[in-house]
Amino acid sequence: MKIVIIDYGAGNIQSIKFAIKRLGFEAVLSNNEAEIKAADKVIFPGVGEASSAMRMLRQSKLDLVIPTLKQPVLGICLGMQLMCGKNEEGNTTGLGIFDAPVIKFNNSVKVPQIGWNQISGLRSPLFKDIKELEYVYLVHSYYVAECDETIATSEYGVKYSTALKKDNFYGVQFHPEKSSNAGEQILKNFLEL
Amino acid sequence: MLTKRIVPCLDIKNGRTVKGINFVDLRDAGDPVELAAIYAASGADELVFLDISATEERRKTLANLVLKVAEKINIPFTVGGGISSVEDVDILLQNGADKVSINSSAVKNPDLINQLAAKFGSQCITVAIDAKLIDGEWIVHLVGGKVPTKLNLFDWAKEVEERGAGEILFTSMNNDGTKNGFANEALAKLSTELNIPIIASGGAGNMQHFTDAFVKGKADAALAASVFHFKEIEIKDLKEELRKNGIAVRL
Repeated sequence: MKIVIIDYGAGNIQSIKFAIKRLGFEAVLSNNEAEIKAADKVIFPGVGEASSAMRMLRQSKLDLVIPTLKQPVLGICLGMQLMCGKNEEGNTTGLGIFDAPVIKFNNSVKVPQIGWNQISGLRSPLFKDIKELEYVYLVHSYYVAECDETIATSEYGVKYSTALKKDNFYGVQFHPEKSSNAGEQILKNFLEL
Repeated sequence: MLTKRIVPCLDIKNGRTVKGINFVDLRDAGDPVELAAIYAASGADELVFLDISATEERRKTLANLVLKVAEKINIPFTVGGGISSVEDVDILLQNGADKVSINSSAVKNPDLINQLAAKFGSQCITVAIDAKLIDGEWIVHLVGGKVPTKLNLFDWAKEVEERGAGEILFTSMNNDGTKNGFANEALAKLSTELNIPIIASGGAGNMQHFTDAFVKGKADAALAASVFHFKEIEIKDLKEELRKNGIAVRL
């Protein structure tokens, strides 16, 4: 199986690479259109600030490539948020794969949310063998509201989407590569889609 | 529900853990990677590596260690100690650290916080603050609590938040090493006045101290070293106790 992690200069991708290696697979980092298109599975990572990440995607023209992909694609954290539409962070617009907007948590909760929260309403093969209210690790200041594409929710002041799915596109707000054994199971599920 | 975090802290010197670590099942008590894996398996929510080496090679050694830790463990970890530039942080994050913690360099050059937050995002920037209660005022100290500054803890914490830190690691020098509990009053004040997570540090001696840090101190996470290293407290037992006390934990 050929696994590509999209490399556009955003954040900590080493950990995702290692997590995939612990599952017995090798992932390659690439920003090459042909290589990304030829992969069996594509992981779209992201850590940092949305508008500068979008700028980097546009510079490498990857913003045009990602929405056309046909194989399973998994956006992680900011990666998932960039697959959405209007984004309050840096007042930018994402790739528009998911219709939902990205909104900042209000001040009734501490921002960023950092730590382990629970996921529920799990409805996707992505969560095979994952129990309701499993704990996952999250670090984020912005969230995606519940929508038709929601396949898992969490609560932090509001109930929001911790995972999304549309066609071949999946997004998780949490970090599966940092979410202990449950996270590794979710990554494994993705690789087995 | 977001849970409270239990965070063991490992002191690192030249790529090895320091302080006697009482783990009989550890083949090499000085190997931070092996120790980190044991903590990850025992239910720690996060780890902090604090580098106290002072050699020319420190940066390279630390980057190597971070890479090895990232390869083995599947929970988040923070790296701190001697970080003073955007480049330092870039190397550590690229090698797999989830967060970095800065302390003295932030006091000397507060703008570093803004630079780091802008480049890497607030979520990976922890500012560590060591403070001591002197004549009724909490004063920020540097160099492991040895050198006093003119900064008031709460003023500095507020500034740090405004400059873009994602979280604060507060160590009370009055409590550190005493095993008499965390500085809960100061913690509660920080937690109420600021809107970013606060990690409590300094003073953990028993399980009640952790409950107090979360309930009275309103902390979001609690860090400790020796009580975990010497197995005085098992993380699993601690979390069961916390849950019994009505505190949300990952179990």
